[in-house]
Amino acid sequence: MDFLSDTVVLSRMQFAVTAIFHILWPVLTTGMGIYLVIVEGLWLKTKNPDYYLHARFWSKFYVLNFGIGVATGIPMEFQFGTNWAPFSEAVGNFFGSVIGFEASWAFMLEAAFLGIMLFGWERVNPAIHFMSTILVAVGANLSTVFILIANSWMQTPAGVELVNGKFVVTDYFRALFNPFWLNSVSHMFFATLETSLFVIGGISAWYILNRRHEAFFAKSFKIVLAAAIAVAPFQIYLGHTSGEQVQHYQPSKLAAMEAQWETTPAGQPADWSVIAIPNDKAEKNDFEVTIPNALGYILEFRKELTRPVIGLKDIKSDERPHAVGLIYYAFRTMIAIGFFLAALMGLTVVQWLRGKLSTDAIADQKWLMRIWLFSAPLGYVAVESGWIVRCVGRQPWSVYGQIRTADSVSNVPASNVLTSLLGFTAVYALLLIATLYFGSRIVRKGPDLGLPIPGTEVTKPAIDTSPGEFVPDERPVEAQQ
Amino acid sequence: METLRYFLPQCWFIILALFLLLYVMLDGFDLGVGILSLTSSDEERRGILMTSLSNIWDANETWLVLMGGSLFGAFPLAYGTILSALYIPIFIMVFGFIFRGVAFEFREQANRKFFWNIAFGTGSFAAALGQGFALGAVLSGISVDQAGHFIGGTWDWLTWQSVLVALTLIQGYVLIGSTYLIWKTSGELQEIHYGTAKLAAWTTLIGAVFITVSTPIFYESARARLFEPPLVYIFAAIPFVGVFLIAQLLRSLNRKEDRAPFVWTILLFVFTFLGLGLIVFPYIIPTQITIYEAAADPSSLVIMIIFIGFLIPVMLFYNLYQYIVFRGKVSGGQYGE
Ligand code: HDD
Ligand code: HEM
Ligand code: HEM
Repeated sequence: MDFLSDTVVLSRMQFAVTAIFHILWPVLTTGMGIYLVIVEGLWLKTKNPDYYLHARFWSKFYVLNFGIGVATGIPMEFQFGTNWAPFSEAVGNFFGSVIGFEASWAFMLEAAFLGIMLFGWERVNPAIHFMSTILVAVGANLSTVFILIANSWMQTPAGVELVNGKFVVTDYFRALFNPFWLNSVSHMFFATLETSLFVIGGISAWYILNRRHEAFFAKSFKIVLAAAIAVAPFQIYLGHTSGEQVQHYQPSKLAAMEAQWETTPAGQPADWSVIAIPNDKAEKNDFEVTIPNALGYILEFRKELTRPVIGLKDIKSDERPHAVGLIYYAFRTMIAIGFFLAALMGLTVVQWLRGKLSTDAIADQKWLMRIWLFSAPLGYVAVESGWIVRCVGRQPWSVYGQIRTADSVSNVPASNVLTSLLGFTAVYALLLIATLYFGSRIVRKGPDLGLPIPGTEVTKPAIDTSPGEFVPDERPVEAQQ
Repeated sequence: METLRYFLPQCWFIILALFLLLYVMLDGFDLGVGILSLTSSDEERRGILMTSLSNIWDANETWLVLMGGSLFGAFPLAYGTILSALYIPIFIMVFGFIFRGVAFEFREQANRKFFWNIAFGTGSFAAALGQGFALGAVLSGISVDQAGHFIGGTWDWLTWQSVLVALTLIQGYVLIGSTYLIWKTSGELQEIHYGTAKLAAWTTLIGAVFITVSTPIFYESARARLFEPPLVYIFAAIPFVGVFLIAQLLRSLNRKEDRAPFVWTILLFVFTFLGLGLIVFPYIIPTQITIYEAAADPSSLVIMIIFIGFLIPVMLFYNLYQYIVFRGKVSGGQYGE
């Protein structure tokens, strides 16, 4: 149990735990923000009250996730200082300012308009409300942009020079728009969108399966499906380009992702391994199933590689990641999910074209709906796997090729880190359980289809006419749904 | 170039002070209301307290996130050194934030609200306590080596001074929280908070007097600078203005005015803050590291002024806009006009 007294290991574990939990909540708030813009826009355009009720129903999940996203995000920011002080000092010139941009451009925007979006339905006119919903979605997604720029720069530190252990920015815009930024931002943007779509689709499928409000949820199901037609295949393409950029800029990560121990020179074909048991000590795979010549097709759409794939053996042991198995399987999990979700989308579209998804027939699609329900959590799994590939694959560097993780850690006693690590693990597990519990309660309770529609003048009596058991609800009327 | 080396860090010192001041005032009443909720045995009152915050708590907290991010970018050395030196107080605060933040959503959903009520109240208290310890510790000094890296012990932050500062800060938050509630509520509830405000005004005053009296003795350098003209006049004026403001505050409380107590409290915060700023300047880690030593590269500071500085009026504007949208008193579970 040496690691219990090792600040480096404990700080890494703490960062991993807090990041892995934190990302669970923003995924939904960024992706679903866009969905909420769509349904509110549809409502304003068609005046069909169903869309209004959709906006109100799904925003309940939005709030639930939002608060916890903020609560778990604040420790992320402070951790850079508490646990990674030398890292902070070294990267502050660039990385620190990006964190500052994120707060001022993204968080503030989202936070300020969220109140109006949630509680302002009857306080501002529909146009301003719609604008608030849009700004909330913009704010949430801007934070994806900034945080991914920051992280991409850790992968491909461009536009800077290391002087006396500190990065001095030589070209600010090259640092911001570093080689990884565009692709990583896009892949993450589509990841949150795809995950949210399949969550909304899965929950809708649950109602359809249980024959509750089928017509109502057939609507959200179809909106989701229509969006997934574009999103799911494109995400596979972006995954491919992510692989390409890794091949180009981070050979040690690619080698671990593919469990390649031997170097394949340019101009030769390489096999792609489907299943393997990588053995880091022996520097080989104990067992392996491969598809001949496939790696070239996967990376470059051709048989012979034009760029070599460096094998792990040819990289110094202290300059490459050692959790090869974790990276390898995380990568395959993500790919499998990417293809699975795209296939599910394809199958469902076929049924749609055959007219099997009409409001009266959709409930007969029992198996299809079950698969959608089962797929609801898959996006999260893919997101976590992707981040494991990205962050664990970057090791032993915190800034790739420049600063080692081991040199990035603060001078604090291990016992402190152990205490905070245990605290985070316990509290975050509780938060996750509570989210699932309250989320499923929102689902079971279902939408309130009797909500007064703004602008139709039946607002007042709807509240007074509910006698019987009166549970005081202390939120503004607008929040009671 | 030489002037830039001084001018830019000074700009950022002022901007950060502004963010921190906004944070302390806005989240101050927010946390204060949370602490006050601990004194409530009545579910309805607690509900109204939380309603009065539901639309703004997140925006208020974001000022701290903004101040943290900007400190990281503008004074990276200070960010690492201060936060790692204050590991324990920072995590007391962070865990406090977690509990109070999630309590807003979970309490709303839960049938049995007890647990989340406690989470909200104690979370607010812990966040304020952590902040108080951190402020106290920064003021009483952090041990660093030549390069500005922390070399002290884990418990260095715990001194009688930091305890005093923490207690006073909590009182200050309770005061501003009470006056906020006086503004946002009516009837019996408002009545209660005239009482809590008066009590908190006195306890804050006592704490502030202690801190003020003990401060120059502790800060050699501050004394050298502050007791010389022209600063000595400003510095000498601060206690008088403070006493004047407290007198006005107590008067407005006795007269049961609606908004004046909040305004006077805000002014009090601003003046206290000004005093603190004068004592600390030009240090970012008092008496050890100046803002010039800790500052990021001038090019980064310029970029940050462009991309963050110019956004300040915009951020202020839309925060203000949302206070306007949700103006009026909170009563019986909803906003009246
Ligand atoms: C719904 C989520 C999702 C899905 C279906 C996929 N990915 Fe992904 N992937 C992510 C969510 C994600 C992510 C969480 O968003 C990551 C982590 C960091 C990032 O920028 O994106 C990521 C990273 C990531 C990386 C690592 C980039 C790096 O280390 O810099 C690669 C190579 C891929 N992906 C490749 C793929 C492939 C080939 C996929 C499909 C067949 C795929 N991803 C589907
Ligand atoms: C943009 C945001 C992110 C940044 C800037 C970032 C940065 C970091 C840093 C500083 C560390 C600790 C030092 C190190 O081990 O290199 C780390 C480790 C880690 N992060 Fe990320 N991270 C980000 C997002 C995420 C997310 C969202 C996840 C997961 C969902 C994640 C997963 C991990 C893991 C698993 C580790 C531990 C790696 C190891 O120690 O082997 N990261 N990351
Ligand atoms: C290690 C890196 C990360 C840090 C330091 C970090 C920091 C934070 C902070 C401080 C907050 C609270 C903001 C507030 O007060 O409103 C937050 C929330 C948020 N984070 Fe993270 N975060 C990280 C990773 C990520 C990633 C990878 C994403 C990408 C999707 C993300 C998206 C968000 C969003 C959208 C919010 C707003 C709250 C919400 O909408 O639920 N964060 N984060």
